[in-house]
Amino acid sequence: MKLTEKEVLYVAELANLSLSAEEIERMGHQLGGILEHMDKLAEIDTEGVAPMTQFLSAEGETDTLRADIERPSLANDLALENAPAAGAGFFKVPKVIERS
Amino acid sequence: MTRTIESIREGLVARQFTAVELATEALAFAEKENPKTNAYLLLSPERALAAAARVDLRIAGGEAPGPLAGVPIAVKDVILTKGLRTTCGSKILEHYIPPYDATAVQRIEAAGAVIIGKTNCDEFAMGSSNENSAYGPVRNPLALDRVPGGSSGGSAAVVAQNTAVLSLGSDTGGSIRQPASFCGVVGVTPTYGRVSRYGLTAFASSLDHIGPFARNVRDAATLLEVISGRDPLDSTSANAPVPNFSASPGGSVRGLKVGVPVEYMKHATGETAARVSEAIDSLRALGCEVSDISLPATDYAIAAYYVICTAEASSNLARFDGARYGFRSADSGTLSDMYRNTRGQGFGAEVKLRIMLGTYVLSHGYYDAYYVKAQKVRALVTRDFTNVFQSVDAIVAPVSPFPAFRLGEKSNDPMEMYLSDIYTITGSLAGIPCMSVPCGVTSDGLPVGLQILCKHFDESTMFRLAEAFEKR
Repeated sequence: MKLTEKEVLYVAELANLSLSAEEIERMGHQLGGILEHMDKLAEIDTEGVAPMTQFLSAEGETDTLRADIERPSLANDLALENAPAAGAGFFKVPKVIERS
Repeated sequence: MTRTIESIREGLVARQFTAVELATEALAFAEKENPKTNAYLLLSPERALAAAARVDLRIAGGEAPGPLAGVPIAVKDVILTKGLRTTCGSKILEHYIPPYDATAVQRIEAAGAVIIGKTNCDEFAMGSSNENSAYGPVRNPLALDRVPGGSSGGSAAVVAQNTAVLSLGSDTGGSIRQPASFCGVVGVTPTYGRVSRYGLTAFASSLDHIGPFARNVRDAATLLEVISGRDPLDSTSANAPVPNFSASPGGSVRGLKVGVPVEYMKHATGETAARVSEAIDSLRALGCEVSDISLPATDYAIAAYYVICTAEASSNLARFDGARYGFRSADSGTLSDMYRNTRGQGFGAEVKLRIMLGTYVLSHGYYDAYYVKAQKVRALVTRDFTNVFQSVDAIVAPVSPFPAFRLGEKSNDPMEMYLSDIYTITGSLAGIPCMSVPCGVTSDGLPVGLQILCKHFDESTMFRLAEAFEKR
């Protein structure tokens, strides 16, 4: 089994990934081979089994609610320190909306 | 000289050496040895010497110096260290300087540990050989033409090489246990939620663990005790009380019920199977009651694991888009091109493959067949363990089907690599504590690990059995 170029490009679009022609070809093969193995999942009977996210949620071990008390967050200047481009307290990115 | 947590504390208290002297020595030794293995991506002399000076001050002031006083420790580069570059083995984070420390990092330093550097790993912890690092592979210190295992290859290698006494790694499907077995050291994956994941760069959140590497069981237990416990900054960290793990080794294992999974042993071959069988004989000789057990969902575990972990990874790694931190592709006129090109150029091949796979299994029309189905199989894998732990106290098994392999020997076929995770991913899916303890070497001198698995939150039994075996 091999994923077609069209299928690979569709998934790459969903994943926000640019891929080279060589990568598209290789991924088609690799993903196809892996998915073939994953199709094994269809063989096992899971009738009446509830999906498990992680075991602690079932055990009531973690308590995901905390008191709603304000806490300081990361300071603006620290948050911007690793930004590829920043200015006036914001992250800078290429233009999103074109002016007509 | 091979140091332990205890020998360092004794030396410090008896004023045979200071923590600053020890840190200086450790840093110099690590710098000299590292070109052989590429296990460290960064040494941190400033931070190490400052931490060591604090320990010396505490000792001089007559204060208790902490359970890890003066101990040189290395930290896997997927765990955030404030002010110390943290790359996750990825080009996309080549210049990333974290603005905060992981909770585990804070806890080890509060306990007196001295962080001497950050260790190499597979990119975003995705790999079983450390060959997926953007900064070059790590070499196994015991056989330099071979891999150290992965993804925590650097953390295993530094402990095996003696350039750190302890290290922190992370484990999602075997990334602590497998490199520990390849490098002949102790590696522990605690119960899911035992250790806070705050500051651990997320790969697959429902499977990610931070855990210790050490040269002996007692040191690993002491380190785990320091980093364990509820953290309000990680809502999945467990409320369960943390026992005194460092005291759990030493007890008798006579009468302890130990299960051997028939599904694992039927696939185990060669010298790995021989060493594990001998280890099981040793456990019998120590008085354990050994019996065969069955984990019938095992055959489906790899498929379930790789669906779940890639699905979670595709979501978690969406944050690396060039906007807020890390690499940004220069040649992009629009925002969406910036995202696509940044990720296309910044991520390595294995990471891209896993993002694609995870996106595929979550996409419209496949979600139920792959993702929900995998979560149901995960429940069955967990149920297998729950059933078995009604009749046994611990399970023993191989860690990897084979010992350390040569660099480049297996990296062409991703599915072949995934299949080699069979013995470690079942415990990961179930969230139970598991560890690798050395159980001998092959005729080529390559280490083999014995895996010990116990029920949720029962690390104490695991350490007791591991230490009894270690001292056999």
